[in-house]
Formats: sequence, C-alpha cells, structure tokens
Amino acid sequence: MTDISTSSEHDHGENAPAKLGYSPVADIPHRPRVADTDPKAARRAERQVASMFMLSMLLVVLFFVAYVAIDKSATVYIPVFGVVGAMNIALGFTMGAAIFLIGAGAIQWAKKLMPDVEVVQERHDLSSPTAAKNEAAANYERGKEESGFARFKIIRRTLIGAMVLFPIPLIVMLRDLWVSPPGNPSPSELLATTLWADGIRVVTDATYLPIRPEDIPVGGLVSAAPADLMEVQELEGNLDARGKAAIILVRMDPSEIVSQQGDGWDIQGILAYSKICTHVGCPIALYEQRTHHILCPCHQSTFDLADSGQVVFGPAARRMPQLPIGVDAEGYIVAKAPFAEPVGPSFWERG
Amino acid sequence: MKFLAARRRQPVVALAMLLFALVAVGGGYAAVGTVRPAEAAGAASSQTQVEMGKQLYLQGCSSCHSLQSQGSTRAPTLIGVGAAAVDFQVSTGRMPLAAPGVQAVPGPRQYNEEQTAALAAYIASLAPGPAIPNAEQVDFASADVAEGGVLFRVNCQQCHQAAGQGGALTQGKYAPSLMDSTPTQMYEAMITGPESMPIFSDATLPEENKKAIMAYVDYLQNASDPGGLSLGRLGPVTEGLFLWTAVFGALIAVAVWIGIKAR
Repeated sequence: MTDISTSSEHDHGENAPAKLGYSPVADIPHRPRVADTDPKAARRAERQVASMFMLSMLLVVLFFVAYVAIDKSATVYIPVFGVVGAMNIALGFTMGAAIFLIGAGAIQWAKKLMPDVEVVQERHDLSSPTAAKNEAAANYERGKEESGFARFKIIRRTLIGAMVLFPIPLIVMLRDLWVSPPGNPSPSELLATTLWADGIRVVTDATYLPIRPEDIPVGGLVSAAPADLMEVQELEGNLDARGKAAIILVRMDPSEIVSQQGDGWDIQGILAYSKICTHVGCPIALYEQRTHHILCPCHQSTFDLADSGQVVFGPAARRMPQLPIGVDAEGYIVAKAPFAEPVGPSFWERG
Repeated sequence: MKFLAARRRQPVVALAMLLFALVAVGGGYAAVGTVRPAEAAGAASSQTQVEMGKQLYLQGCSSCHSLQSQGSTRAPTLIGVGAAAVDFQVSTGRMPLAAPGVQAVPGPRQYNEEQTAALAAYIASLAPGPAIPNAEQVDFASADVAEGGVLFRVNCQQCHQAAGQGGALTQGKYAPSLMDSTPTQMYEAMITGPESMPIFSDATLPEENKKAIMAYVDYLQNASDPGGLSLGRLGPVTEGLFLWTAVFGALIAVAVWIGIKAR
C-alpha cells in the first residue's frame, strides 16, 4: 500500500517520462562495440546478416528442388543417424535451417548494429486514478439501487437458488463415465467374476490349442486363455473378458512347490496363475524358471509362484490369484473352479 | 622276413614308421573332421565324435559340471539336457563360462563348429534330450510374419521387449537382445529354456508357430529406421531422454548465444 502511494506521489511530483516511455540509464557505463566505432566492422556485420537472409532464401529454393527432384523412396546414409529417407531429411533440413537463419540473422542484426544503450522503461501506476475508482463505485451503487436487488428480497433469493442448483446436473452426469453393469456390483465383485468355471478348458493364448499335462515340460511356460473366450468376446463385444481371464501355466518339479492356495490345485507340478498383476493390473509373464519368480515390468512387483504366488518384492500388496486345474475325460487341462480371489488391480481394496 | 628282421633297427626304418604313423593319425583325424555337424547330430553319430566330445568335455567342462556330468554345487547336471542345449550354450559363447556371475554372458565362441558338434554328441549320448534342429525345422521362408508378431507379443515380448531388444529381470538377471540370434539358436532356446528362460515346448508352441516367431525376429533384425536414430527402439523413454538432453541442450545453447553481448 505504501509503495503505491509513494509511487503515485513520485508520479505527481516529477515530470512524466518522455513520450517514448524510456530514458537512458546514466549509471551503467556504455561500452561501444567494434561495429559502433569501426565502419569496416559495421559493413562486415551488415554483410553477415544479409548473407544469413540470402542463405535462408536459397534453402527455400532448395526445399522445392528436393520436393520435386528426390524420389519418395530414396534413402541416404547419414553418420550417427543411419539410413534415413532422403526426401524426408532434405525437406526437414532445408525448412528448419531456413527459418533458423531468419531468426539468427535478426538476432545478429540486433546484437551488432541496432543501438545497444541500456535504457529504463517506467511502468504506469497499476491502480486506477481516484476519480475513476469513485465513479465505478457510484455506478455500482446506482445499479444496485435501480435494479432493486436489495429491495426485492424474494427475487434475490430465488435467483441465488437457481444459480446454485444449475451446475448440479453437470456434476451428476460425471457418474456416467463408468457404466455400472446390471445388479450394480462393486469393482471387487466384477474382478472376482471371470470366464473360468468348473470344466472350462485351458487353451493357448492366440492359437487356442487345448493343452495336455504332458505338453508342458518342467520349466515350461504357457500363456493361456479359457476355451470359450472368443465366443464370449464376440457376444459382449469388449475386451474385459480377455483381460480378466488371462492366465499362465508353469510347470515345476512337484518337490519344489512350497505351498499352494488350495490343496491339489496343481497337476503334477503344473500351476495356473492369473496373468494380471495385483498392483495396478499390468499383464505379466516374466517368469524365471529357475527361481519360480514372476516379475511385473511396470513397477517391479515380484511373486513367488512356488509359494502360493506370494509377493516377494515390490508395491503389490496382494498375492497372485491361483486357478485350480485338473484334467477332463479326454486328458486336456481344465479349470476345476472359478478364481477364489478377485484378479487384477487392488485399487478397490485401498480406497 | 629275415630281410626285414635284419634291418628293423636301422634309423631309416624308424623314420618310415614315424611317417606311417603320422599319415595314419592325420588321415584318420581328417576323416573324422569331415563329418558334417548335421550328419553327426543324427542317429549316425559316430563313436569317434562322441569320444572326441568326451575328451573336450573332460578338458573344458568337467571342472564345474563334474566328471560324470552329474553337476556340482557350481553347475547344473548335463544329463538329459540334449544336444540342443549344448549347441546353444557353446555356439553363443556363453559356455565355457568366463567367470561366475548372475548369468552367463554371450561372447566370442570358444569351440569351433566341429568341436561344438562333438560336445553336443557326447552330452546327447549320456541321456536322450532335445536334438539340434535340422535345416528344415528352422526354415522360416514361408512363415507368416504377422502371425509371428502376435505370437512374439504373447510369448516373448514380456522379457525380450516388443522389438527384441532384451530387458531386465530380477536381481541383475536380464533377457538378452535377439538382434544377433540365429534361427537355430532361437529354436534351441525355446525348446531347452536356457537359465531363467522357460521352455516353450513343441506341443504348446508348434513348429509352425516357432517358424513364424523366427520370421518376425528376422524381420526385426533387418528392419530399417526410416526416421533415423532408433535410440535402441525402446520408445518414449530414450526418445524423451534424447529430447530433454540433446534438443533442449541445443535450445539452451541458442538462448545463451542470444544473451551474450556483442563485442
């Protein structure tokens, strides 16, 4: 406040600055440049700037030459960059260098030839003059008086009520960003429901081959999916089913299995686990067959598949859900039951 | 006979005998050496090759894998690993191991093709195991590259990265880059599961699928980078690093130039 008052006093007490709004500063000594004292150097600087602008023009001409003359599919070797499209690099270089030279010329011009005397530009006082402030206040008071905003209490209150209510529908519509399926299940219920059920065959992902236990050697890994995945995906028209039902099968020596999530959920050392990380839901199959660890590349959560899929490292707070598997009458691997725990990310548990 | 008996102690006879022995050994060795590895790997794997492999094994491998190949505290057993595992480990230069570490590092191969084939034949003679794939099994000329891409993304990219550049595993282990891998080595790795890598058996990933994956990796190995610097084909991480260091560095240099007072 004091600042403003002193500055306005200052403004009044002194002559206003020159019309241009700036004046040379006396206390910074001006050191003349070479171009200021030597006419030859000034000529040289002039030629420098002019040649930059001319080079820019030349590059624009070269741009059109390259555009017309270079074959679209021609390639050229450039050190460091390697083999690149010739036209691509020619167009990019000519255009980029042309605009760079315009800028560089302008800077060089300003630095070498334009006046470089240090100046000070006085700013206007930021607050309005007292007369203008008084007038605005008077206008406001008159408006209030004439509209009767203070007088018509009922109008004032209903207007405020209408203004408060109006934005609420916009906020309510935000909840439709996530469409709740019928029955209004919670996220954990949704994640607990997958395509896996008793008797659903386990097939290889992408190739949909049914798998027999003897197809997986000790140390083997198979990315797998439920056999009815494609039909369901076609019916529902979304990828949720695939995302939730993705599993991996691994086989280890039965003596190496420390624990499982249920008794006899394996087939002679073949274990089925969800492929979706329990942290934030990245698909993971970085299985190290020697340590039986599975690593999530997103945040380095590590699970021990030989020990009930327990978390051994990283931010995941929940073990990897295991799928109980068995063999059907034809000798193919099937699920024995749905997942007992929700698969995928655990945000719903932490909210 | 008397004539021979009378002169058998003459120096010239000793010389002749020595010459004969040299020719016999050299000729025999050359005959063994010309056995092609492909033939050697087949059922007709000759006894001499197995013998040679055994000698090489005892000299170069037995100190860790033990004399009977049953393994030790330092190294796993080689009984039943098959010729494919030996060919993979030795032809990529991972074995013999230069120094113990979290995992074997590929490098220049220490055994030539003939010696590798002999080692493979010897290990294969101990117990049945995956054989070295033949030329037909790794001929991916007619395989579908697009299908290979799908299979690679389902089965391989989690560790070897979508462009086959390799990636980190736990505790300093890593999945190597596939940019220098031959189709034979890829096939062998899939069926034998070297070190941390799991096994992708022919039952769950049939031969045609393996060929498709080889075709896709071959495509990656020969893919050009039309935009110039590939920056390791790692995507936004290296591209962002490049932008923040090289490009912003250049912009700062220009800004500094603008700010310098002219002399």
